[in-house]
Amino acid sequence: MSTVVPAVAPPVVEEERPSRAARAPAPRFNRAAIGFLAPAAIFVGVFIIYPVIATVIRSLFNRTGETFVGFDNYVKVFTDSRTLHAIQNNIIWLLVFPVAVTGFGVLFAVLLERVPYRLVVRTILFTPMAVSLLASGVIWRIMYQQTPETGAMNAVIASVANAITHPGHYQGARPSQPDLTQPVGDGYQLAQTVSPGDVVHMGFIGFPVSEIPAGAQDAKDPSGEAGRIVGVVWRDFIPGGGGQVGQVEPGKKGLPDMTVQLVDGKGSVAAQTQSDTAGDFSFASGGGPYHVVLPAQNFHPPFGGVQWLGSSLVTPAIILAAIWVWVGFATVTIGAGLATMSRDLLEAARVDGATEWQVFRRVTIPLLSPLLIVVFITLVINVLKIFDLVYTIAPGSVIPDANVIALQLYLVAFTGLGDFGIGSAIAVFLFLLVIPIMAANIRRFQGEG
Amino acid sequence: MATGALQIAGARRPGWRKALDGVPLHAFFIVAGVLWALPAIGLLLTSLRPVDLFTVSGWWTAISHPQQLSITNYVHLFDSSLIATSFLNSVLIAVPATIIPVICATLAAYAFTWLRFPGRTALLLVLIALMVVPLQMALIPVAQIYGFISPPGIVRVFLFHAAFALPYATFLFRNFFIGIPHELLESARMDGATDARIFRRIILPLAYPAIASFAVFQFLWVWNDLLVGLVFAGSTPPVTVAILQQMRNFGSSVDVISAASFLSLIPPLILFFAFQRYFVQGLLAGSVKG
Repeated sequence: MSTVVPAVAPPVVEEERPSRAARAPAPRFNRAAIGFLAPAAIFVGVFIIYPVIATVIRSLFNRTGETFVGFDNYVKVFTDSRTLHAIQNNIIWLLVFPVAVTGFGVLFAVLLERVPYRLVVRTILFTPMAVSLLASGVIWRIMYQQTPETGAMNAVIASVANAITHPGHYQGARPSQPDLTQPVGDGYQLAQTVSPGDVVHMGFIGFPVSEIPAGAQDAKDPSGEAGRIVGVVWRDFIPGGGGQVGQVEPGKKGLPDMTVQLVDGKGSVAAQTQSDTAGDFSFASGGGPYHVVLPAQNFHPPFGGVQWLGSSLVTPAIILAAIWVWVGFATVTIGAGLATMSRDLLEAARVDGATEWQVFRRVTIPLLSPLLIVVFITLVINVLKIFDLVYTIAPGSVIPDANVIALQLYLVAFTGLGDFGIGSAIAVFLFLLVIPIMAANIRRFQGEG
Repeated sequence: MATGALQIAGARRPGWRKALDGVPLHAFFIVAGVLWALPAIGLLLTSLRPVDLFTVSGWWTAISHPQQLSITNYVHLFDSSLIATSFLNSVLIAVPATIIPVICATLAAYAFTWLRFPGRTALLLVLIALMVVPLQMALIPVAQIYGFISPPGIVRVFLFHAAFALPYATFLFRNFFIGIPHELLESARMDGATDARIFRRIILPLAYPAIASFAVFQFLWVWNDLLVGLVFAGSTPPVTVAILQQMRNFGSSVDVISAASFLSLIPPLILFFAFQRYFVQGLLAGSVKG
């Protein structure tokens, strides 16, 4: 069925042919037209045409509507920092969203041409278009939860980040004795050098017992062994009190899984090991002297999560959600355009030896461009009025940072004191932005008529 | 033997392209499919877990710990009458907001297509211009009109939606009607049928596909609307507004929010899968509307 054409006006129907008119003269003015048009005309008149005029007039009056203030409301709109921030965010939306969605749409549509299961993928991509933006907002609010334990986006990033940086067990731990120093980064190094036969003691305090892996045993003071460097890392603190600082005593836990390195005089790592369940470690390395180093990775905090819904990232985060919603629209529309495109032209280009990229760049894109413009304009209209996603995803406290024009209009006119004057001015501003699109639609219709 | 050489080239090409289209392409679409499906699954699983777990662990932990899942949240949803009645409100709003423009716009489209009256082309241009007027442009004056005549909240919302569907609906139906053969009407007129009769007996039955496209799109548009409901619904909020009112305390109300959100997805998804073809057509035509 091709009777429904997206946003493209077909030619005006031709007037009746003279011969037929002569046989059964149609009245110049069919009175039935009044009856057919009246219901729609009343609705459109009361709910669209009168309000458009009334809003323009209302924008010239103050909050209560009693005093004529000229263009004061417009001056306020463009000097108020909240509204300016909303306009600024809308510009970011305009620059990113239509291009990104159209781009993804082309990518998906062109690649889907090559796979047999394109309908399944198209349907999955398109589904967000069928559900409310509020529900999509709830979905992404859940996805953007801040801690990696609860927010899926951060969980994915955390699994990558933690695989690269290896978070340690002992965040916030600090040495109990002054001979452990912090030369570089977050790691620790023993002040004195050691050689085979020496025994190393490294006590730590200042971290919760919950950070010690389960199965840790009480630390024991190791005895020296000839030809080996041995040592112990332990929690230099007895829960409930008692004990002496710097001493390995019963009730103090060893620290398992601590990475311990021997670093030679040239600064390179000569040996590395992990402490066992009682915090003991042992090196068989000969030579020396060495520095004993506990590298920073033991003390790294794990990735804490990107603050998606904080003031600085909230707009990009909502734009990302909007792209997720709208890519299906672009993919389906562009896919429909590709389906009607002449295969012969593409094949001819391929037979002539064009690469796939050349076919795409020189044949597919030029043929698609009228459709791409329609998709792009549709996205622009929608992005100017974006409201639901922003209001739903942004937590109350960051709404000023995520604000957009349509949301600011609602907030100004329909919450708090309710300023219909400024609200009307914002509406008129929004209206002015779509007038070029309106003019283009009319021109296109006339051109075809 | 030029043809032979061509055939060999032609035979080799698909093999080479098959290699290109192989694993990376399928991997790409698997990743895309997961990225687009998973967030919705996240909503479903969240709605099936106890609210206390929301700030402790992610919804995906329910996959390995299915004992977390229960329908308790959905049962509780109907304890509070607010959310339960909001679903009814959404139906009471969406049905008239779909039927009214179907009636008014098919009538108007009939006039624009088949009847002669002064200023027909000019009015059609006005209609096209009105299609992209942002509905924000009408909120304040209509709120003032409603202030004078104070109709019930549900009526306020569906009248507004009905009106803003009209330019696009009329245009859509007119585009459909001009494809109907002129002779069909002429012969009926010869037989003395009135325009009212022709409209009811000939045009409406033929217009079924266009009406279906519009109706599916409009019902979903209204069902999914937040802004108009927020401004006009008052004490009879549609489900979107009722959910939004809970979102101030997202963490502690996520049980209600997620369960109500998931329930609110079901009517659109049923319509979408049952009338997919009509829905896509209606959406493509209506996506520019104000």
